Amino acid sequence: MSTTVTETADPSGSTAAGSDVAPARPRPELRSSRRKALAGSLANVSLAAYFAFSLIPIVFILALSLKSNADQTTTYLAFTPTLENYRTVLGIGDGGSSYVRFFLASLVTSVGAVLVSLAIGIPAAYAAARYRFRGSEDLLFTLLSFRFAPELAVIIPLSVIYQQLGLYDTFVGMIWVLQLVTMPLVVWILRSFFQDLPAELEEAALLDGYTRRQAFFKTVLPLVRPGIAAVSLLAFIFAWNNFIFPFTLTSSNAQTVTVSSLAFLGGNQVQFNLVAAGVVMAALPPLVLALFIQRYLVRGLSFGAVKS
Amino acid sequence: MMSAPVDSEDRQLSAAQPSLRAAPTVSRRRRAMRPYILVVPAVLLCVGVLYPFVLGVSYTFFDFSATNPEPDFIGFDNFANILSSDAFWNSARVTGLFALAATAVETVLGIGVALLLNRSSLIGRIFERALIAPLMVAPILAAIMWRLFLLPEVGWVSPIAESVGIGNYTGTDSPVGAFAWSVVVDTWIFTPFVAIIALAGLRSLPRSPFEAAAVDGAGWWLTFRRLTLPMIWPYVLVAVIFRLMDNLKMFDVIFGLTTGGPGDATTTLQISAYLDAISYARYSQGLTHMILLWALVFLTLMILVRYLRRVQNRAAGV
Repeated sequence: MSTTVTETADPSGSTAAGSDVAPARPRPELRSSRRKALAGSLANVSLAAYFAFSLIPIVFILALSLKSNADQTTTYLAFTPTLENYRTVLGIGDGGSSYVRFFLASLVTSVGAVLVSLAIGIPAAYAAARYRFRGSEDLLFTLLSFRFAPELAVIIPLSVIYQQLGLYDTFVGMIWVLQLVTMPLVVWILRSFFQDLPAELEEAALLDGYTRRQAFFKTVLPLVRPGIAAVSLLAFIFAWNNFIFPFTLTSSNAQTVTVSSLAFLGGNQVQFNLVAAGVVMAALPPLVLALFIQRYLVRGLSFGAVKS
Repeated sequence: MMSAPVDSEDRQLSAAQPSLRAAPTVSRRRRAMRPYILVVPAVLLCVGVLYPFVLGVSYTFFDFSATNPEPDFIGFDNFANILSSDAFWNSARVTGLFALAATAVETVLGIGVALLLNRSSLIGRIFERALIAPLMVAPILAAIMWRLFLLPEVGWVSPIAESVGIGNYTGTDSPVGAFAWSVVVDTWIFTPFVAIIALAGLRSLPRSPFEAAAVDGAGWWLTFRRLTLPMIWPYVLVAVIFRLMDNLKMFDVIFGLTTGGPGDATTTLQISAYLDAISYARYSQGLTHMILLWALVFLTLMILVRYLRRVQNRAAGV
């Protein structure tokens, strides 16, 4: 399935790399196959090096989150793992903790933001994909600009407005501002999914006597359901992972788990193993959800610009 | 915001099936209104977001702050003050350097990882599933994770540094270290983004030009330089645009790792705007930073998108 020139390099080449005994009469094709084997093992080593860089910090944080107070500053890998940190952070046997509240706040604001974006975004994406009307490009690029605008340019005036309206540190305020994150994603990606469907689909439905509304709900919507599911998960991940909006526009009531994770580091006596347990739990939901949308990730992250 | 429709016809439907137009079940006027009805909520949302932005732009002409709730109009004084301050130019320099360095490293590394994964070796197939993990971790959590990782008390970097003979390892305490580690953490998170897009490009390549090159005896580097790279460039460019835009306004990674320090070594424009407007409640000053950054971001975006269009057109023309 590989299409580049390196494809002929044999993955099992690592064994040949070590032999330095030259044959008496090196035939050209043999020499070139040896070189390919060498290149192959070099490639494997580079790849392994990259993934060590990529995964070791994750192994580190997992290990730290499982260490007792005594172990955390004295050992690296040899220690007796304990779930005590997780219990402490979650306040198990202690009637819950503020961490649980922040976790739930993340859940409520992210789900809320995705639902609002879907309700507003699906019709808009459909219109942008199927109709030509004045302002459609303007609308799409305005939404795209939200994705690229420096957040503080909106946050600073918004914090003043929120204080006046009483939306500061509320769930409604957070869901509203997270639209900046989720809405461009939903409209741009779903538009590309709608565009993939042939227009004959609705034509056939209309000829069968469906109204446009019925045609949409009964033929188009079921076909883009995988797209909607993927976009919802991706938008949820982005909303959950957002930091700057809850950091600047909430204080305690609607504070999310990303913000509280940083706050954990701020005290006088920081317990690093507790911070680690908090970080691991906060990072987990997006990692798990991402497994379900691997197929759509390229398209989603590039706003539909690249389809794989 | 939007005026009357010019071309109200449903594009694909009318083009493919003109007879449908002749037998309207709904009145023409209602059909013309249909797309507008569908986008009204989205337009309202945009207006709701643009209103604070416009309000923010207007603040830059006042001396608005928490201590001065009844601001005076001062024209371009904010801009004049900021453009003549060393702190602003330092932030602008840090912002630009960080964005260029991080984007460059991520692009080169991302293309490299994509090439290696595209060989579809066993090790590659195992790793590919883990590739996007750093990308899915919230950037602020990644920054916290790396902060602990770099910490002499609990982290693994200082013992590694010691074992290879770097005695005076200072992590993010030195200005150079803080900047370099910020780039490293950004790279750690976002290299997979470039890699998966480049990989999608590689997997879409036709086979025949490469077979022809192999027959002609072209070496690996020549093939990559003259064939692979130009052919995946439209893909890579999309990734580069996203990364450059994001890195110009990167907040989470740097704030989580260094809070802009030591001193102002990693104080980017977004961080100095945060400190001005949120920490010290000097709204107008912070916003002026942001408007200038916004202008920079959009200028860069426009140039890059124009270039992308040219590249895509050229690729389509081949």
